[in-house]
Amino acid sequence: MKHIKTIKTRNLCESAKKGGCGECQTSCQSACKTSCGIANQQCESAKNSK
Amino acid sequence: MIHQYKLGGYNIVLDVSSGAVHVVDDIAYDMIALFETTERADVIAAMAEKYGHLPEVSAEDLEECYDQLLELKESGQLFVPDTFEAMAPYLKEKTSGVVKALCLHIAHTCNLNCSYCFASQGKYHGERAVMSYEVGKQALDFLIANSGTRRNLEVDFFGGEPLMNFDVVKQLVAYARSVEKEHGKNFRFTLTTNGILVDDDVIDFANREMSNVVLSLDGRKEIHDRYRVDYAGNGSWERIVPKFQKLVEARGGKNYYMRGTFTHANPDFLKDIQVMLDLGFNELSMEPVVCAPGDPSELTEADLPIVLDQYEKLAELMLERERAGKPFTFYHYMIDLTGGPCIYKRISGCGSGTEYMAVTPWGDLYPCHQFVGEEKYKLGNIWDGVTNKDAQNEFACCNVYSREECRDCWARLYCSGGCAANAYHATGSVKGVYKYGCELFRKRMECAIMVQVAKMADEDDDTDL
Repeated sequence: MKHIKTIKTRNLCESAKKGGCGECQTSCQSACKTSCGIANQQCESAKNSK
Repeated sequence: MIHQYKLGGYNIVLDVSSGAVHVVDDIAYDMIALFETTERADVIAAMAEKYGHLPEVSAEDLEECYDQLLELKESGQLFVPDTFEAMAPYLKEKTSGVVKALCLHIAHTCNLNCSYCFASQGKYHGERAVMSYEVGKQALDFLIANSGTRRNLEVDFFGGEPLMNFDVVKQLVAYARSVEKEHGKNFRFTLTTNGILVDDDVIDFANREMSNVVLSLDGRKEIHDRYRVDYAGNGSWERIVPKFQKLVEARGGKNYYMRGTFTHANPDFLKDIQVMLDLGFNELSMEPVVCAPGDPSELTEADLPIVLDQYEKLAELMLERERAGKPFTFYHYMIDLTGGPCIYKRISGCGSGTEYMAVTPWGDLYPCHQFVGEEKYKLGNIWDGVTNKDAQNEFACCNVYSREECRDCWARLYCSGGCAANAYHATGSVKGVYKYGCELFRKRMECAIMVQVAKMADEDDDTDL
């Protein structure tokens, strides 16, 4: 019986090895201007490699 | 740390440190709640007592479920410890001195007189002023000179109302385009406008040069016109909506946000989102008001359950419309589970005061647009650079581990410690926590992840348990 379905996500521990290029958008720039949420941003290098 | 919640008919379990998202059945959901505190035999016994009456549940099956959880733990997808804290100081060193985004306060004046405006009708508690071309050009030169190896540079034309100084906006874009290649840079411009001065010239320019436009509309006419009035007290809704419709239609799919503010007057903001949709807009952002404590527009404790419920209903509406072939986006629900930010970004936050600064019409630098006018946070200017190192250090030290309250929060790697300006205005310290905002943020993240889970379930029957 299947109890668990794991959704495909970016592994944050793995991203510690290669991340940090800094090319991503500044959090609230170009958007809400009144709160900080980084979850809704895209990784610039992931976007370019798609 | 994990976070488990039920929403939209799904049992969702987030593993905070790895970023893993699991959709589980009721048995696994309850088992996970006991997993770290209870012996295996006792977990199995508890599950047998609760679910043993179900014909499809056997003792063997419960053991198997437990083994599946063990496998996830061993493979680094469940109960992963947070080992990132040691990286935090190093991250700020890594980006130290690199500026990649500026908010240009092109006009400290506005043609609307919105009482809820955090910028005090565009003046930021100071004098009315517009930025000269010379100041703007120096700001762009400052950005290029301080951007290190960063290729993508973001510049937001902000105000007040930036279109009250449109000629300078056009000149600055032309200047940036003329120098970006020789410096190996790519400027991404954004224009934030209230719409009053939008015309065909603005539409043509914005759709050609602006990576994004942020258009201020609060939704229902009566809600919008309650605050967004001109100096004669006349509402602006009738004047701006046709202009925004024309701009968006001509935009040809390029990014925009229809950005609303909700206040104590409309905690039921879903009605305003529905109006935006009915008007043909489908890239939406609706933000809780930022105002001084005690302001009549301030969201109250009584508003909180209403707002949280609205976020859930918004998620349901998004899914309904997606399934009906009429999708729309909501800024805070645009979560990219596979292509989202790396751990460095998640730890280090928005970059205000370090990577990102605001420039006043006079060329002064502030940590971000929401700090403009706070003299103690004036960082320096675009000619001499950052000279107030003490103030900058306050921001350089901001990260997800610098706030005690965040240590026990499951959402910390989705917000990276929150907005320094919200924290400052709520607590008097950039290292404080704006608890009301946190409540809203956590609900938004739960909804955003549920929407993604539901979309995947729609595409893949295998997600059903």
